[in-house]
Amino acid sequence: MQDTTRIPLLQMTGIHKQFGATRALSGVDLRVHEGEVLALVGENGAGKSTLMKVLSGAHAPDEGQMSLAGKPYAPKNPLEARRAGVAMIYQELSLAPHLSVLENILLGIEPTRAGWLQGRQMQQTATDAMSQVGLAHVPLHLPVSQLSVAERQLTEIARAVALGSRVLVFDEPTSSLAQGDVARLFALVNRLKAQGRAVIYISHFLEEVKEVSNRFMVLRDGQSVGGGETASAQPAEIIALMVGRSVEELYPRSARTPGEVVLKIENVTGAEKPLAASLQLRRGEILGIAGLVGAGRTELLRTVFGLDAVKSGSVKVGTFSSARETPARRWAQGVGMVSEDRKSEGLALNLGLNENLTLTRLPPFFSPVRRDQDARQWAQRLSVRFQDVRRPIGDLSGGNQQKVAIARLLYHDADVLLLDEPTRGIDVGSKAQIYRVIDELAGRGKAVLMVSSYLPELLGVCDRIAVMCRGVLGAARPVAEVNEHSIMLEATGTETDAEVSTVTAPAMQSI
Amino acid sequence: MSNMSVAPDVKEVPGAEVMSARSVARTRPDWRGVLGRLGPLLGLLAVVGLFSTLRPQTFATLDNAQLILLQTAVVGTAALGMTMIIISGGIDLSVGSVVALCTVSIALLLAKGVPAALAVGGGILTGALCGLVTGVLITRMKLSPFIVTLGMWGAVRGAAKGLANEQTVQAPTTWLNSLLNTPGDGQKWMLVPAGVWLMVALALAVAVMLRYTRFGRHIFAIGSNEQTARLCGVAVEPTKLAIYILAAAFAGVAGLLQFSYLTLGDPTTATGMELDVIAAVVIGGASLSGGQGSIFGTLVGALIMTSVANGCTKMEFPNWVQEIVTGGIIITAVALDRWRSKAQA
Repeated sequence: MQDTTRIPLLQMTGIHKQFGATRALSGVDLRVHEGEVLALVGENGAGKSTLMKVLSGAHAPDEGQMSLAGKPYAPKNPLEARRAGVAMIYQELSLAPHLSVLENILLGIEPTRAGWLQGRQMQQTATDAMSQVGLAHVPLHLPVSQLSVAERQLTEIARAVALGSRVLVFDEPTSSLAQGDVARLFALVNRLKAQGRAVIYISHFLEEVKEVSNRFMVLRDGQSVGGGETASAQPAEIIALMVGRSVEELYPRSARTPGEVVLKIENVTGAEKPLAASLQLRRGEILGIAGLVGAGRTELLRTVFGLDAVKSGSVKVGTFSSARETPARRWAQGVGMVSEDRKSEGLALNLGLNENLTLTRLPPFFSPVRRDQDARQWAQRLSVRFQDVRRPIGDLSGGNQQKVAIARLLYHDADVLLLDEPTRGIDVGSKAQIYRVIDELAGRGKAVLMVSSYLPELLGVCDRIAVMCRGVLGAARPVAEVNEHSIMLEATGTETDAEVSTVTAPAMQSI
Repeated sequence: MSNMSVAPDVKEVPGAEVMSARSVARTRPDWRGVLGRLGPLLGLLAVVGLFSTLRPQTFATLDNAQLILLQTAVVGTAALGMTMIIISGGIDLSVGSVVALCTVSIALLLAKGVPAALAVGGGILTGALCGLVTGVLITRMKLSPFIVTLGMWGAVRGAAKGLANEQTVQAPTTWLNSLLNTPGDGQKWMLVPAGVWLMVALALAVAVMLRYTRFGRHIFAIGSNEQTARLCGVAVEPTKLAIYILAAAFAGVAGLLQFSYLTLGDPTTATGMELDVIAAVVIGGASLSGGQGSIFGTLVGALIMTSVANGCTKMEFPNWVQEIVTGGIIITAVALDRWRSKAQA
């Protein structure tokens, strides 16, 4: 589709960047033409952010050249980059909330004559920019804090448009958007493309990449490992490029035989959710709970674990049977839980790895040396990358932090593992290791109850899957009897329609 | 310790490679961290060094060193409990009032003819009771420690005044009066007054407790992230209750030392001491947001405060100069702490 002989609007060649001993980028080439959307994909830590920081002038490359429309381009800082026509649209929005839409759009580029603001010209520029992004209806004098998240993002794009940016970089733009806003954003990206601008689109979601981009490029370990026309690429191929291995290897499934029932939940009702939930979990079994956000899946785990109040019903763990328990007693009964919110609940970020890993089973008196040895050993078993077990765990990457949160359960030797979104927000490499650990645990006769919003993961890891909808837990079905489509129907509470249920939904792939 | 061995053979994954390289970049010595940990001690050396140079005859003497230690005993002992509270993410504004109440109750008991040892027990128990009330209000009523102890600051002071009929309480002379006396000729081997040894012994006990016991680590866990502590099965409320009772008991011991110093019960004594105590803990490197702090740091912090006060007196500075210097030191210490935590982030 693209005429590759044309001079690209933006070209980066042989970009190297090193931080201390870390090679963040080793010889990356990137080009993007006018009227083209290039998707930049890769797992966390692959070098996408560094590359974009080089592009936007936040970092100077150690080696390599950049050119913009055929002319050398070497911005010394983000302001120079913006002036040259390269704009970043950040994940965390960078608008001043108390200033008006107009002021935000023109911040730093206010037209003046002898120091006096040119009111009419400002109005004109801002109105143009806002109508280009489809926000003509938003009053310009409105403070940005009164806009929705989606509108703020569009305002930010309007700012880039007002600046006359030719290259726009979108960094995970849909992460905080609702479904309808995503469609609007895509329409806008297409419009920007039609205007002859170039767009670099960074996303974890391959279906988005498919929908919005012309070409894609995969970064791994600071190198470009592949790319091509998006239309002709299979998601599985892209994932394989990102991870450096095939998707089948991602979800190992060793032979396992379910044993006796270790967790029996009967008619458990919480403060609001769940509503009369019942399920049985056997040793050597991985049971997944699917459902929409807010369906009550987290509340179910928390109620079972004693973190949330139980209104009625009973929970039986092994031979212990009681409804109301504290987390301390649950741990003592051999139940462990990983929180969905790693940062504010799962881990104490300013304590060391040693404390975080061993907290649940410290003896009344102990030797710190022994504790640190234990922590080191268990962290190594899960391939956690760390410097010193005593350093604050907040220093580690998200994937490594999550591995510690899970290692805590292994160190505790918990028999029943309640995992709430165990792989949320971590890189594929760490995900793969966590899937492997979960599989091994089940192989050793541990029972795993896992909540996830990511269906391919549930389908890949679990033996049985139950769907929760508005606080009601459905029956658990063997994984062979369900697919993404049937799960989504049940999760959204849609009446099963014979016609649609026979059609398998296109596999959602996201990493 | 565990009989399990899960996933020892987890393979290397490319994604992890970048991470390890990133952490390698951190191997160079963490000077800011080292400076942060040794900061209070360096500060103390600087203060002592400065005054020793300026006033070698009066400041840098053995007698004066003893005096400084003696002056540190009351604040230092109360600061032991405050360190536990601050590490757990709380605060106690009622320490000074508790100290005053304890001097009064010890004096009243002695005046009633109760043996000295029992009077001591009564004093410490009074403190512990105050802590019980504070702790119950915080853990049961879910009130913020700042508000609860601000209330107790007033209420306990009032109780002390009421018990003492708004005047000082005379007590018969007992061995309690000599706790902070410099050792006599026969006891030169003690080097410093018994009260100072008492503080040192308690400090050692608390330091060991914080480092080597589950209770101690639970205090850190609660202060660092209460939700995580709860998730990990820490009995958050009972632990907090124990912290406030224990800390108030330390305030009771501080009250005993204060009584020994005054040789009478005074319901208006130790006014504003809570701020000195909190300052000592904070100068010692504890973070008011919890999860950080050490007994060693606290003691050094308390010593810095008394050394500065003592040195300023030896310099014959007016009181207001001394107060400005102390204020400056508190702010500098906290600024250094911020700088250190930024380096760790």
